Amino acid sequence: MRTDLLAEPVAGLDEALAAVTAFDGVLTGGLLRPRPEQGAALAEFADSVAGTPLAVRVCEAADKTAAAAGGEDHFAALAAARTALLGSAHDALLARLDEATGRTRSAAEAAVPGPPPAVNLLAAARSWLCDLARAGWQGIDHDLVADAAPVVTAMLPDPELRRLATLLDGFSAELAASCPGAALDRVPARRWADLWARAMILAQPGASAAPPPGTATGRLLPLGIDLHEHATAAQAQVHAVFDPADGSGARLVRASVSAPKPDTVVGAGVWQLLRPHMSLLAAVGEGRAMNIADMTLTAGGDLLWDDAKARTGEPADAFATARVALPTASAAAVHPLDRHPAAIAEPVFVEGYTAEETDRELVFAFAGLRLAVDTDRIPAAGPLGPETVAASRACIGLLRWDAGEFRLQPLAVETAVRNKPVAVHAGAWAGGAADKAAAKAEKAATDAVAVLRERAGKLLRK
Amino acid sequence: MLSDWEGSSTARVVPPARPRKLAKVPFVELADGRLQGVVSSGSDAGRVYVSSVAAGDYAFACSTNNNRPCGGARGSFCNHIGALITEAVLQYGGVRVARYLRVETAAVEPAAHDIATAMRATGPAKGDSKAAAQVFSRFLRHLAYLELAATTAPLPEMQWFPPTRAVA
Repeated sequence: MRTDLLAEPVAGLDEALAAVTAFDGVLTGGLLRPRPEQGAALAEFADSVAGTPLAVRVCEAADKTAAAAGGEDHFAALAAARTALLGSAHDALLARLDEATGRTRSAAEAAVPGPPPAVNLLAAARSWLCDLARAGWQGIDHDLVADAAPVVTAMLPDPELRRLATLLDGFSAELAASCPGAALDRVPARRWADLWARAMILAQPGASAAPPPGTATGRLLPLGIDLHEHATAAQAQVHAVFDPADGSGARLVRASVSAPKPDTVVGAGVWQLLRPHMSLLAAVGEGRAMNIADMTLTAGGDLLWDDAKARTGEPADAFATARVALPTASAAAVHPLDRHPAAIAEPVFVEGYTAEETDRELVFAFAGLRLAVDTDRIPAAGPLGPETVAASRACIGLLRWDAGEFRLQPLAVETAVRNKPVAVHAGAWAGGAADKAAAKAEKAATDAVAVLRERAGKLLRK
Repeated sequence: MLSDWEGSSTARVVPPARPRKLAKVPFVELADGRLQGVVSSGSDAGRVYVSSVAAGDYAFACSTNNNRPCGGARGSFCNHIGALITEAVLQYGGVRVARYLRVETAAVEPAAHDIATAMRATGPAKGDSKAAAQVFSRFLRHLAYLELAATTAPLPEMQWFPPTRAVA
């Protein structure tokens, strides 16, 4: 990998982000009664999309909003402009990444409409998001944030709305923990504006449009597991190289499983919730490939996992996959709505580095170049920790970009124990307890879920 | 210019809850301006107490899920409220609980008894138990998360919610 390219400036990126920052500052103060400096920031923001098809609508939205006369359509136009700006930043960053990894990427295909939307629930979500934007982060209070709860509760059971529901649930929990906004000494301005704008876009009828999916038959060689979690949801994403049976070249794919959860189910308990729904997690834990037949594969490179279409294959070492199959695997086009720098998670393999610890972070140093390592993203419910990463000599990870720099999130590392390579995987506990520490965490999690299920059995069905 | 944290899409805002045993206190939360939750009855497996302490004035309430007042919570905090504070500190850490309730203690990392003692020392009044129904319905909503189906359709927004090794 050409790590040197990751450190070089990306043309236009700073300008795009400056416009986004201007808008994010406006949301912090709220849109109810914008002050003159907020109006100026909105005008600066609208200028940044002046040369695009959004220009007229965004200019009008900025004017009306600055005059305290903004409505839902105006806020949606502003969210769209912010999404477009970050989409272009994403494209430039991903192009740089593909250049650094030498990866080829398929061209985007035309989208077709998704299933008919649940218009009433989407309207309720947009209405809450508009109230939120009017109040601003400094104006949030318990009553306003609590208004999200009925919308989330109504949406969660519907699989078509799970994506928006999970986003709103995580977002509103964070806001609730930060109330009242007037007492906040700092505001995560980029993050909350990201979550707000994404929710606003996902709540538009038509947001579910996507290119028609295909099917996949062949061998799946796992690279590692990436875990995501907020208080009431968890998702595990397996990154893998798919080797199609028809001999058309190897491709990078993901397989995901997610579940809503009570916020007291944490750590190893998260794996327990996810494990029964995707046999792939156990296969990764055992270091095995899987054979899949006619499994749905989206244009964005996501397998829609179905245990009935998969069976466990022969042992497959993730590091062998990373060394041999990953360099030639091609990547899928990113779905238009998923174009955002924070959604970049590209599997890479690096070796020949020296791990250097500073007081703030760990970096991998390559002949004069440095790559920051994001050890905080490694789940605590697993055997991989920052010390193991610091002692490693090869690493499979996800390259991400946030807050101005590329960082490597380790999924697995190779260390030397008595001169023999030993692999340690962040997701090693996904399939079940592998050692004493894992067994203890599993037991505690099983007990916690058992207590809740027992209580639910007594109280929920009365 | 934004700081790294303000300019980060994945800035960590809320530390994750810490694992704890749930048998005695199946539900605890810092919400609606209160420390509130549900405490199992020591004697009757089918009964739970809904307990709460308000931030600021520490007004307390404790009653069963059938709205019978708790006998122990007349003059001051009952054992249920004591258990609630203990488990809240386990789940969220003493600093966060003390900050939310606006309790000043001398301790850098206040323990549950530091927080409870500081609140008792102000002679808090008994609050109304009107919130009990709301707290109980939040507990039921919390339990209902276990009933929702898992999905294998990707949730791209979860990229914004990475785990963190930092503890509460």
